[in-house]
Amino acid sequence: MTTSIPSATAATSTAAATAVSEDGENGRSDETGETGEISQTSGAAETAGAAETSGAAETAAPARRTGRRRRGGLSPGKRLPASRLIGPVLFFALWAGASAAGQLDTNAIPAPWTVLRTAGQLWSDGTLSTDILTSLRRAGSGFALGLTAGVVLALTAGLSRVGEALIDGTVQLNRAIPTLGLIPLFILWLGIGETFKIAIIAIVVYIPIYLNLYSALSGIDHRFVELAEVQGLSKLRFIREIVIPGALPGFFVGLRLGVTGSWLGLVVLEQINATSGLGYMMFQAQNYGQTDVILVGLLIYGIFGLVSDSAVRLIERRVLSWRRTLNS
Amino acid sequence: MATHTEQLTSRPAPSATTAPAAPAVRLRGLTRSFDGRTVLDHVDLDLPAGQLTALLGHSGSGKSTLLRAIAGLDHEVVGSGELSAPDRVSVVFQDSRLLPWRRVLDNVLLGTDGKEAAERGRAALAEVGLAGRERAWPNELSGGEAQRAALARSLVREPELLLADEPFGALDALTRIKMHGLLRELWERHRPSVLLVTHDVDEAIVLADRVLVLDQGRIGLDLTIDRAHPRSYRDPLLGEYRERLLAALGVTEDHTGSEAHPDQEDHQ
Repeated sequence: MTTSIPSATAATSTAAATAVSEDGENGRSDETGETGEISQTSGAAETAGAAETSGAAETAAPARRTGRRRRGGLSPGKRLPASRLIGPVLFFALWAGASAAGQLDTNAIPAPWTVLRTAGQLWSDGTLSTDILTSLRRAGSGFALGLTAGVVLALTAGLSRVGEALIDGTVQLNRAIPTLGLIPLFILWLGIGETFKIAIIAIVVYIPIYLNLYSALSGIDHRFVELAEVQGLSKLRFIREIVIPGALPGFFVGLRLGVTGSWLGLVVLEQINATSGLGYMMFQAQNYGQTDVILVGLLIYGIFGLVSDSAVRLIERRVLSWRRTLNS
Repeated sequence: MATHTEQLTSRPAPSATTAPAAPAVRLRGLTRSFDGRTVLDHVDLDLPAGQLTALLGHSGSGKSTLLRAIAGLDHEVVGSGELSAPDRVSVVFQDSRLLPWRRVLDNVLLGTDGKEAAERGRAALAEVGLAGRERAWPNELSGGEAQRAALARSLVREPELLLADEPFGALDALTRIKMHGLLRELWERHRPSVLLVTHDVDEAIVLADRVLVLDQGRIGLDLTIDRAHPRSYRDPLLGEYRERLLAALGVTEDHTGSEAHPDQEDHQ
């Protein structure tokens, strides 16, 4: 009579939890340990068995799906190499195929090779590179400014009650105003040059960064606060060793939204009010009916968006290597 | 009462090495209430230095409240009474409470400084059987291993008083038995005063030298368990203690082996 009922139920639930996570995360060889090996293996065998039959039948299904089936469990399974590129590649293949078959009106949607040739021409006569540089500079400075502002404001609001009282309501108010609606006002204030564009991008960027970092900072797990008290951490060490690292996942969510936001802001600004840059190039092309040039612009925006998002993801994976999420 | 050995000699005065040791924890008229409901009602209690005491009680009987009061974690609670506790207090919680973003050794070292502490951290991990896992991430550990790491974290601070709030409550039965052995072993080596809050009567009987039952905000029963260690779960003489404890908890005989109450969290 050593086992009490509560502990017995705890045992089974722990075992079940282990089984689920073990299935999903390969390379976790240790730790079956003390928590009920039997139920785990039987659970895995069951799902694996079911997967074998259905998985074999569906080999033609899209990659992620087969991956999931074969491994069993609820985790989507191991990621295929370069799986993110499969969708875009397929899209371009369709586009190229339809163009080659003459199914597309070349005035509305020029063939991919036409777009590439135009890009080559624009690059060799030098206009494309200057436009790209201008756009990059705008997005870059706006993003840097927004990132700094978002982080500083979130830290102030998240770590002090006075800061919270002063900042949080104000930012929420700012958030309620559509940022692009500020464009006319900012043009009047800052002139139609670079400053207002960078200011608008900075606002688009700082809001998601602030919101996510602030909520991560203020949503710190109460149990960890207690732990810090028990371990005798000073306020400073508590912030440095618990609050900040605990808020990093939230920060990265904001960062990715911010990066996307910087490109979004850029596209809009350069379409509405530009004298140079990719958006300007596209605006001019519209006047002359050059669809291929417009597509070149879109392509470059897309590539930049994809690259910058991947860069943030990469940093996130490095910094948050302790996390074993479904994406790992 | 325990006569203290090497681990205690480095300590400052009050925990003492002389025979009638000053109590490590002294409570007089400790009262705590939540929303007008009195959870602790004038509790008087002395915990002698170096004793392993278990505190039993129903869910909501105030066990955790008492532990949190001693740990100094109840800032926002209405209460009165006298309380004295040592400076170096460690707490082991029901969940291991390891910070997921720090490796195991860094978790064990939380709140400490310097090379010497790092050495103690390694030694503590070795003591709980986690040597070689220093660089693991907490979510690579099993439940039992995580709780061992939490024990190591509490040992590094060389506590005079170790408070354990249902530390094995979330573990499976087999792991739990292993952890009982480990806790007792660690206590024998380091001799801190231990207050083990639990709802498991058998756990209390097997581990503790003294078992308290908290009932309606007061110490309802104070039982010294005078049996040599290691104790067997099947020792018939322990059955007598079990009966008395279960009676004090208001559980009838046919419920032996487990508490007849839903396993709820104590009032925070």
